[in-house]
Amino acid sequence: MISTQEPQDQFQEDADRTTADEPRRAAVRKALGNYKIARGKTENAFTSWPHARDAAAAIKYEGVNHLDRYLREFEEKFTARGGKVYWASSAAQAREYILRLARERDVKSIVKSKAMTSEEIHLNDALEKDGYHVIESDLGEFIQQLKHEPPYHFVFPCMHLKRDEISALFERELGTAKTDSPEELTMIARRFLRQHYINADMGISGGNFIVAETGMISITENEGNARLTTALPKIHVALVGIEKIVPKLADLALLLPMLATAGTGQQLTCYNSMYGGPRQPGEIDGPEEFHVVLLDNHRTRLLADAEQRDALHCIRCGACLNVCPIFKNIGGHAYGTTYQGPIGSVITPHFRGLQDWKHLSGASSLCGACTEACPVKIDIHHHLLQNRRNAVAEKKVWWERLIWFGFRHLMKRPWAYKMAIRLAPLGQMLHPLVLGTAADPVQPWTKTRDFPEAATQSFHDWWQERKAAGK
Amino acid sequence: MRVTLFIPCFIDSLYPKVAMSIVQILERLGHEVDYPDGQTCCGQPPFNSGFWDEAREVAARQLAVFHDAEVVVSASGSCGAMFKKFYLELFHGHPQEAAAKELAAKTYEFSEFLVDKLGVQDVGARFDGKVTFHDGCHGLRELGTKEAPRTLLRAVKGLELVEMGEAESCCGFGGMFAVKFPQISTAMAEVKCNSIVETGVEYVVSNDSSCLMQIQGYLSRHSPRVVKSLHLAEVLAQQ
Amino acid sequence: MNPANSNASPKGDREAILGRIAEALREEAPRHHEAPDKPAPLSVTAPFREWLPPVGKTRKDQIALFAQQSEALRTEFRECPSEAGAAKHIAALAAELGWKTIALHAGELTDAIAERLPKTLAVLRVDSGYTKGALESCDAGLTECESLIAQTGSVCVTALSSGGRALSVLPPHHIVIAQKSQLVNDLSGAYELLAQKYEGGYPSFISFITGPSRTGDIERILVLGAHGPKKLTVLLIP
Repeated sequence: MISTQEPQDQFQEDADRTTADEPRRAAVRKALGNYKIARGKTENAFTSWPHARDAAAAIKYEGVNHLDRYLREFEEKFTARGGKVYWASSAAQAREYILRLARERDVKSIVKSKAMTSEEIHLNDALEKDGYHVIESDLGEFIQQLKHEPPYHFVFPCMHLKRDEISALFERELGTAKTDSPEELTMIARRFLRQHYINADMGISGGNFIVAETGMISITENEGNARLTTALPKIHVALVGIEKIVPKLADLALLLPMLATAGTGQQLTCYNSMYGGPRQPGEIDGPEEFHVVLLDNHRTRLLADAEQRDALHCIRCGACLNVCPIFKNIGGHAYGTTYQGPIGSVITPHFRGLQDWKHLSGASSLCGACTEACPVKIDIHHHLLQNRRNAVAEKKVWWERLIWFGFRHLMKRPWAYKMAIRLAPLGQMLHPLVLGTAADPVQPWTKTRDFPEAATQSFHDWWQERKAAGK
Repeated sequence: MRVTLFIPCFIDSLYPKVAMSIVQILERLGHEVDYPDGQTCCGQPPFNSGFWDEAREVAARQLAVFHDAEVVVSASGSCGAMFKKFYLELFHGHPQEAAAKELAAKTYEFSEFLVDKLGVQDVGARFDGKVTFHDGCHGLRELGTKEAPRTLLRAVKGLELVEMGEAESCCGFGGMFAVKFPQISTAMAEVKCNSIVETGVEYVVSNDSSCLMQIQGYLSRHSPRVVKSLHLAEVLAQQ
Repeated sequence: MNPANSNASPKGDREAILGRIAEALREEAPRHHEAPDKPAPLSVTAPFREWLPPVGKTRKDQIALFAQQSEALRTEFRECPSEAGAAKHIAALAAELGWKTIALHAGELTDAIAERLPKTLAVLRVDSGYTKGALESCDAGLTECESLIAQTGSVCVTALSSGGRALSVLPPHHIVIAQKSQLVNDLSGAYELLAQKYEGGYPSFISFITGPSRTGDIERILVLGAHGPKKLTVLLIP
């Protein structure tokens, strides 16, 4: 979806369209309602979810705030087992490394498991341009790939689709028979992908955690597609953001259940696998080569912003999306960028430019549901406020500057403020003259909502009167 | 006790009855009510828009106005949150940081003041009607207000309290958000109002008038039947 | 950040990235969590264990909880009196479901079962290698495991204990044979066992398997059997 418009204009346009799509909003609401129930149940099984959050936050704080030490440790342990580590400053560098590897190894077919980093760097496009056949194996990603659409949600890529739409898609793209059974649709994907796992010479995955202590990459999934992607092809490439670090292997004993609980409402997802190198001597199978591409791509910029550094604690569970009323009403695609929802709104300005992407931080009522839901206690909605402040400090929009200039002077002078309030009923009387027209200053409101009537007497004046009358 | 009121600008101009109700209730409970004339605005609008310097100037005025207060009661959860939480961030590293901390420590949202500070649950109110309560986000998540309003409502004679499914969902006001992103704001109001109408209540009550402005604004335009909105104080003032 | 130049180094931009990190970390970040009273001990025992769902104290409690979790996960869990009993159950499954081939790896428990399986059921042994197509055609895969985790109903497998990486995920039915002594309370317990056993070097693949494979991608409706096994059977012998 390449847009020629400014991101903020595209956003308004997309939000106009998606908020009007009532069936789509209802489907998303239903899906997320089920999530809420499952999550509530699983959270309650913890003896103390709040304490667990503190412990999880502490682990990520330790990892991210000693990131260099732990990345070095990971590299040392991982390379000692025959793994290769490539440090990519930029998206272009990461892409180039993987393309070169595929060329040098004469790769013909590539199978991928879920990796948001690969969306971030537009890896599939680059691989396909170079002539490689790339197939997404995660069911949701597979569906979105067939649709030529990016994922709608970074944990549930096609949560917005109904089964009949998926069936129609499969009928069109795969030539299968119509069905309204989710089970049958899943089986279609399973059968289709089987040979691809077997034939692929390269498997590309992401990574949920980088374990420093033991030199491992941990991958969390339900379907088994990541296990197949990393078991059968002779080359495994894992593309992982540098911030995914955790200090110790045993830290996962807390983070894996937290990720599952917050992400899907499960106690644990079906498969949580740790990969500590290519196939070792004495092992029956496994890839001959295992390359980990550590991706910076502006993460160090966010790291340098100490106030917002905890945004790098994110374990990409998606909980903030699931509870966000903005996400629920505009949907994932309207964000127009790889990482959606509240966390996406926090980090995208750092990754892609503050002035171009500040509108995502503005498109929030700051309700705080995201911060409440975050399993690692990222101060999400406060970061949205900070992004707004930083955007203004960098560059003030002239008409906003004017408004707040006027506002500030008005509010510092009680007599002027009181006067303005007395004039309000007058303004209201005149309002019908411009109501609904371009000259209507409150048109964005009155288009869809009624405006209250100004009271005939302000509280200030009532109080003064009462005082004068001797209380 | 001498209770100093902080009445947000939009209550002052659009919903003065809310403030009058608060005065009535506090006096009925035997307290002296004070209302410093010089108060204007907590500074949340420029603060939320990222204009922190401008917000700080306006906020500094309020610090001065409420300096001598024993206890400050806010008629709104969101402005209360400004005093109690966001001023600490706004004045962090500034000369008025100590004053901001002092103000934060002595500020209460109205329902919290009655139940937690005064220990009052029954204010002697009577209100015949079926009511649901909307949790304003700032009150709920910044100030932790959840049970206090419900405790007070349950003690009102004749009142039937019904919970709605989306009680904790944001109404979509969010200050400037409501006009900067009106389509999203309206969609959020729709979800909220559908949930309200579904309960079959005649009244929706909240401790935040800005939320009520949004909710009533949507209900008046779109609701299939009449549902009226009231501030918690207006209900508690009825006898 | 010229890709051409930085690609000259096989490690990429290692020094530049580490340099940026060190520079960034000179300023301390605020904490939004309660820091633990004392730093975590260096042993693998986790200080956060008490916040996770409780597990009873006895072996019997562990088995009961594992059974309860298995039911919720739709894992078939059975206690068998011996290897022979386990083999009998597998034979019954094979007959009921019409299996032609079962894949397995060499091991004390798997060997004991393999020699008791009916001769009509063909066996594919993966230990000296296998063709992917042949493994894919098997009806079931039988493996040992590292441990069974009571709290979550999970099975811990590794490349060394469970016949490699593919055996436990490619065939449509995964059967696990385990002994009671392999039960642990929680993931922390599983990691402790792994640390003790593999002090020298971990296997390159470790996995916690929690039920048959599944997806909720379509309308958030649970479907069992996505890409991994559609069925998981755990047989527990004394």
